[in-house]
Amino acid sequence: MQVGLEHYLTVSFVLFALGLFGVIMRRNLLIIYMSLEMMLNAANLALVAFSRFNNKLDGQVLVFFIITVAAAEVSVGLALIVALYRRRRSAHVEDLTSLKF
Amino acid sequence: MPLAAAVFITLFTLRLKYVSSFISIGTIVAGFILTVVFINANGWQPTPGESVRQWLPIDGLNVEFGLRLDPLSLMMMLIVTGVGGAIHFYSRGYMHDDSGMARFFAKLSLFTFSMLGIVLANNFIQMFIFWELVGVSSYLLIGFWFEKPSAGDAAKKAFIVNRLGDFGFLLGILMVWALLGSLNFSTLQGLISQNPAALGASATIAGLLIFCGAVGKSAQFPLHVWLPDAMEGPTPVSALIHAATMVAAGVYMLCRIFFLLNSPALEVIAYIGGFTALLAAVIAVQQDDIKRIIAYSTLSQLGYMVMSVGLHGQTPAMFHLTTHAFFKALLFLSAGSVIIALHHEQDIWKMGALRQKMPITFVTFLVGGLALSGIWPFAGFYSKDSILAQALSRHDFEGNLLFAVGVFVAALTTFYTFRLFFVVFCGKEKSDTASHAHESPLVMTLPLIVLAFFAFIGGLIGVEGVYNRIFSGEPGESTGFASALFEPFAHSPLAASLGILAFLIGLACAYVLYAKADKDPLPERLGGLATAMKNKFYFDEIYEATFVRAHDFIAAVADWIDRWIVEGFCIGLIRGGTDLTGRGLRFLQTGNLQTYAFLFVLGVAVALYFVLR
Amino acid sequence: MDLQNILFYIFAALTLGCGALVIANPFSRNPVTSAMFLVLTIVSMAGLFVLLHAFFLAAVQILIYAGAVIVLFLFVISLLDLKAEATRKVKLFGLLAGVIAVGAILTIFLKNLGATLFNADSKPVVEGGTSELGKVLFTNYVLPFEVVSVLLLVAMIGVILLSKKKLD
Repeated sequence: MQVGLEHYLTVSFVLFALGLFGVIMRRNLLIIYMSLEMMLNAANLALVAFSRFNNKLDGQVLVFFIITVAAAEVSVGLALIVALYRRRRSAHVEDLTSLKF
Repeated sequence: MPLAAAVFITLFTLRLKYVSSFISIGTIVAGFILTVVFINANGWQPTPGESVRQWLPIDGLNVEFGLRLDPLSLMMMLIVTGVGGAIHFYSRGYMHDDSGMARFFAKLSLFTFSMLGIVLANNFIQMFIFWELVGVSSYLLIGFWFEKPSAGDAAKKAFIVNRLGDFGFLLGILMVWALLGSLNFSTLQGLISQNPAALGASATIAGLLIFCGAVGKSAQFPLHVWLPDAMEGPTPVSALIHAATMVAAGVYMLCRIFFLLNSPALEVIAYIGGFTALLAAVIAVQQDDIKRIIAYSTLSQLGYMVMSVGLHGQTPAMFHLTTHAFFKALLFLSAGSVIIALHHEQDIWKMGALRQKMPITFVTFLVGGLALSGIWPFAGFYSKDSILAQALSRHDFEGNLLFAVGVFVAALTTFYTFRLFFVVFCGKEKSDTASHAHESPLVMTLPLIVLAFFAFIGGLIGVEGVYNRIFSGEPGESTGFASALFEPFAHSPLAASLGILAFLIGLACAYVLYAKADKDPLPERLGGLATAMKNKFYFDEIYEATFVRAHDFIAAVADWIDRWIVEGFCIGLIRGGTDLTGRGLRFLQTGNLQTYAFLFVLGVAVALYFVLR
Repeated sequence: MDLQNILFYIFAALTLGCGALVIANPFSRNPVTSAMFLVLTIVSMAGLFVLLHAFFLAAVQILIYAGAVIVLFLFVISLLDLKAEATRKVKLFGLLAGVIAVGAILTIFLKNLGATLFNADSKPVVEGGTSELGKVLFTNYVLPFEVVSVLLLVAMIGVILLSKKKLD
């Protein structure tokens, strides 16, 4: 069967769902963050697929930007996690509840 | 122009007392000169000249801003600017050591402006606006010495009572507009003359409601209670407002809209006027404050004027208004002169023997008193007599009854006027301040002399002829001076002779009782009646017990409603509801990162659902 | 079957399998294993990019994502010196929440899937090579390009500030 757009979109979706599952289920901060990166990747895949099937390059340019911004975001996020760990001595998400009422 | 003066003074020269007075006096004198010039140029045309600007074209109602210059308004303008000008001059002397003098002149100019506005208005709405403005200015002026609580109260009372009358006035205006569709005086006059029954069945009510405005402004019974208290203001204020202009505005208005009043309404008006005249004269017999006596006499004379209008006599009413302006202003200003000389003493039983000390004031006061009492050949005689003659000429029960009332009141007028005169000017000094009195400065006595002159000859200069022409359209024969002198006797001998008889009786009684009196002999003779008279027949107390109490009660109920129901229940409901909702929503803040992520996703799903539908 | 199709299926299976193992490794709960599987996921995705004619992006993906981002993750993991976490029970509420969330997104996806069927071969394919991408980037998208560079600068400053130890 000829691989069409919907195949790529399905892959993207499943990857996204996996990432989502990881964010909600896992309790280690770092693994949550990694799942977040997976969700970003799924989005990248969808964008490139659309770009290919519309025969324009704009989707790829957008992915270029997304990768850049994701890199910056990862660095800042990890710096935050490190600072948090230094304060609380724990990287477990259930211990971070100071916003609770 | 006086408006410009008022604004200018308030904004710029509140500190400079004398500059302010010059500005104020200047504008009013200029107004007077302009009026005279205008009259000379155009003569006394019976046809009005109007200039109209469209102001507020609302659907169905065209409110215009117009000026109506016909002989009636021209005469009123003469009175307002002339007598007002004299009073402005006088105030300069009276108020010269008062710190608020500039403020006083600003308010005087404002009042003059409002009064001129009423006179020049060509439609009901504009007149009403200026009517209210006059009320406001009088409030400001009566309460001028606002440090005295009694002055503030008097000002409030004046304004509130006036407002009651204005409420009826406004209802009357609305009725007229609803029935006839226009508010312009000339239009209305035209409509009524074509179709006398145009107002239909509610003509009486409309007329009476409009009359309410006059009742309030001209202090007829039962809204008369504010006038005596208004004496709290400075004497020039009393002169201007209560003698010459404001109270006369009511009579002017009645003459202006005379065509709207039909017979039943006019009957009521006549009776109210007569009753007021009687009531006020009786009260005046027992008052001890010099200004209050004159105030009650104003009430009484106003009653005369209103009565005259009610008897279909516009000419006598306006005539009496003109002469009354002269001699009442004169009386007030003379009284003011006395008061200043005795350092603000107002009780007549503390004055006495001022004849030698203040000769000019003595003479002017005498002239004014004689004019008021209506003795020939002074101005008051002619005007009062024409009213009495009007009453007689009706030849019906109402006319005769009111004629008798009028004669009796004339006698009483003489009585209390000369009571005042004798006690203040003759006899011995009754207190120390009286013995130290001296004559007033020229700036005060000069207006007195001018007004006295007019009071003297006012009946003879053809004023009546002018009014006759305005109201009945007959060309007045120009009579020679001598025949004008004796004209009332020829016209209606019964009225004239009874008038003079009344004067003589009153004078005799006053002389007998008061010429040498040290204190008032009447209370022993009349007992309880005298006490009632002195206390103004307890009108104020009755009003207090009924209306004021009812009003307080309603206010208290409203307060309770506001506090408990509106605030407690409704606001409490909202407050409690918000509180509970807040407490409920608090549980959403779990602080758990993953819960938040979950909610994010749900939100995004919902949003996407609606976007991608 | 086409070579391209076969390759697609292989790469897709790899991606999804490694992705699943990132989040739910039954053998070890060490975060380092999760990171390793994430690397494999990214590399398979690069393969998918190549299949979509996005060559430059495939290279960039491996360079930056696999090369820099994951390395950063590994640095932090080793810095934090995490012990393997004690096994805590899987909370039922979390499982339920996850299922609901995924279900919601699934419905959206399925609903819109029918609207996006394109025929891929009807038009000439644009190659995603470096020079073509560069042309588009530096003409149409110059402004975002500059802004992103400023963003990187800001991120750098932020990171330096955040990770400073207190100077006593």
